[in-house]
Amino acid sequence: MATFSHAVGTQTYRFDSLKDVMAKASPARSGDYLAGVAALNDGERVAAQMALANIPLSYFLQEVLIAYESDEVTRLIIDSHDLIAFAPVSHLTVGGFRDWLLSDAADEHSLRALAPGLTPEMVAAVSKIMRVQDLILVAQKIRVVTRFRGTMGLRGRLSTRLQPNHPTDDPAGIAASILDGLLYGNGDAMIGINPATDSIASICDLLNMLDAIIQRYEIPTQSCVLTHVTTSIEAINRGVPLDLVFQSIAGTEAANASFGINLNVLQEGYEAGLSLNRGTLGNNLMYFETGQGSALSANAHFGVDQQTCETRAYAVARHFKPFLVNTVVGFIGPEYLYNGKQIIRAGLEDHFCGKLLGVPMGCDICYTNHAEADQDDMDNLLTLLGVAGINFIMGIPGSDDIMLNYQTTSFHDALYARKTLGLKPAPEFEQWLSKVGIFTQNDGRIEFGQQLPPAFRQALAHLGGR
Amino acid sequence: MDTTPTDSLNPWLELRRLTPARIALGRTGTSMPTQAQLDFQFAHAQARDAVHLPFDHVGLSSQFAERGRDSLLVHSAAIDRHSYLQRPDLGRKLNEDSAQQLRDYAQANAGGFDVVVVVADGLSALAVHRHTQPFLARMEEHFATEGWSVSPVVLVEQGRVAVADEIGELLGAKMVLMLIGERPGLSSPDSLGLYFTYAPKVGLTDAYRNCISNVRLEGLSYGMAAHRLAYLMREACRRKLSGVNLKDEAQVQTLEVAAPNENFLLKDA
Repeated sequence: MATFSHAVGTQTYRFDSLKDVMAKASPARSGDYLAGVAALNDGERVAAQMALANIPLSYFLQEVLIAYESDEVTRLIIDSHDLIAFAPVSHLTVGGFRDWLLSDAADEHSLRALAPGLTPEMVAAVSKIMRVQDLILVAQKIRVVTRFRGTMGLRGRLSTRLQPNHPTDDPAGIAASILDGLLYGNGDAMIGINPATDSIASICDLLNMLDAIIQRYEIPTQSCVLTHVTTSIEAINRGVPLDLVFQSIAGTEAANASFGINLNVLQEGYEAGLSLNRGTLGNNLMYFETGQGSALSANAHFGVDQQTCETRAYAVARHFKPFLVNTVVGFIGPEYLYNGKQIIRAGLEDHFCGKLLGVPMGCDICYTNHAEADQDDMDNLLTLLGVAGINFIMGIPGSDDIMLNYQTTSFHDALYARKTLGLKPAPEFEQWLSKVGIFTQNDGRIEFGQQLPPAFRQALAHLGGR
Repeated sequence: MDTTPTDSLNPWLELRRLTPARIALGRTGTSMPTQAQLDFQFAHAQARDAVHLPFDHVGLSSQFAERGRDSLLVHSAAIDRHSYLQRPDLGRKLNEDSAQQLRDYAQANAGGFDVVVVVADGLSALAVHRHTQPFLARMEEHFATEGWSVSPVVLVEQGRVAVADEIGELLGAKMVLMLIGERPGLSSPDSLGLYFTYAPKVGLTDAYRNCISNVRLEGLSYGMAAHRLAYLMREACRRKLSGVNLKDEAQVQTLEVAAPNENFLLKDA
């Protein structure tokens, strides 16, 4: 293991290893302090960034941060690395790579070709020496397009996951939130429920209900119930209609073990999903959630900073050609990301790193009540990610998740972003919104129908015995 | 005066009775109308205020004194709220002075206790201020029935759940019961959590604790919570353990669960 040093003026800073340089170069966040891996002060942090900028990208193929022998995520990263794709940047240092990414040589085409040649550690490293505007500028060059029943990630589009959670999984309560969201033009990425009850019977009930709603109203979207991958496999074995296979993932084998998964289990889930062949436009069907701090909270970070651990999770994700990946950025709490500033930076890093690796990134732009954050911080992150070209965000009634007790983006928030940035829903869903009579959109202008769409008027008439 | 813009009328307002979610808020243009916006801000403000409300240990200990109960005040290793929020490890242990204080107390009062009661601010001092006395009054009836010896109430500033195990161990507790303010939700700023460990000692994980959550006026009642907890504690004494191996099978009258509402989106046309 090499040691690194960097002299600035009269002071020389020393770092024990690549892992140490990476951790100390990370912009300040509470989780790295909690783990005891952060720089001691701002001077040491920038010195680490300078040292990191001088390290050749090719060195990342020599010194792994977590041992190859003991971690299957490291093995996946090293074994699947594509040297030919890497060739255009293989001569660069981390600093040179940042310059290249910002240059006109890096465009949608060259970045797509490069993705298999990059490891998560290279990508995490370069993000640590990038400012917010760099993270946005490079990310918006990249498109990662995926398909199932709808098309995600096209330029000029912003999709939403309609998240109709209910504290007791009451079907009518869930349906009420679904209709609310649809009538605000949300739900093209998926209708995805976090179930309150994790029994297989209630999971199957929810899946059957989502499928029936999607079919009856011919909605070009996909269903997902966010349960453990093994439960989804069981539901598939029982013949239940399931579109997207969900799983929380992390960037180390040990952290994944704490979730009760490994690469083999994910592969089984992926194959079970494929066996149903339910995608009409394509077969991207895995839906993963991640978040900085998950490895540390499982005590499975091995001294690696939380942002690098997070980026390693995207290597796990991309192996399964996911439909969407969601970094749930502010959910974990202030001991990992303390305030709005840290949450905003982390959301942009995750989006940038995921996209650079070829992962279809979305973000749950969110916070808890004990974090130093509020709606203004979420508006900032939403606007920045909208500019950066994010594939999807959450859509929830009034920003208030009454089951998970946290705040995320509302149906209205999605319309704000579409309006101000001229973004539209996925093309299939845009057509459906217009056909059903919910709204039509021209650039930033959204024109709602004069009346409730007939199909939904009829459904509402069933209420209250009218 | 109705100031609602015409485009925010809510043709689906009646759906609100199906869910506590913030649906049918209307819109002005495509944005949140003023009323809904300010309602949200108030709910968030209440939750924030609950997180940062200082722990009124003076008030609590004088309330205990009025009921003839002694109390002790200790402090975790987290010096303030800022440190508490970022360093959960510090909130889980006592500072050195407090640990010494309890060691001295144990030495002067040898023999230990059946139950050590700990009250910590946690993430909502508001919950603790509101529910500690009425809940403990109910709980102490059960302690009396069982004939258990009970320690003075230990009040912890900047405490997290696991600090109770250290306190219980220092005071020679057979069982430790902690009352702690839970993380405030947008519509639940004052939810009290109850945690219970048999044979507490430093270093136990969550797997060794039982938890009863959501004690508040709109949630689990004092009487019901005390009933369930007393059952768990009796069982713990009988089986000499607590945590995941001790299931909450208390015979309690479950709330009448209404038949699930029929899903209006899927009714036959």
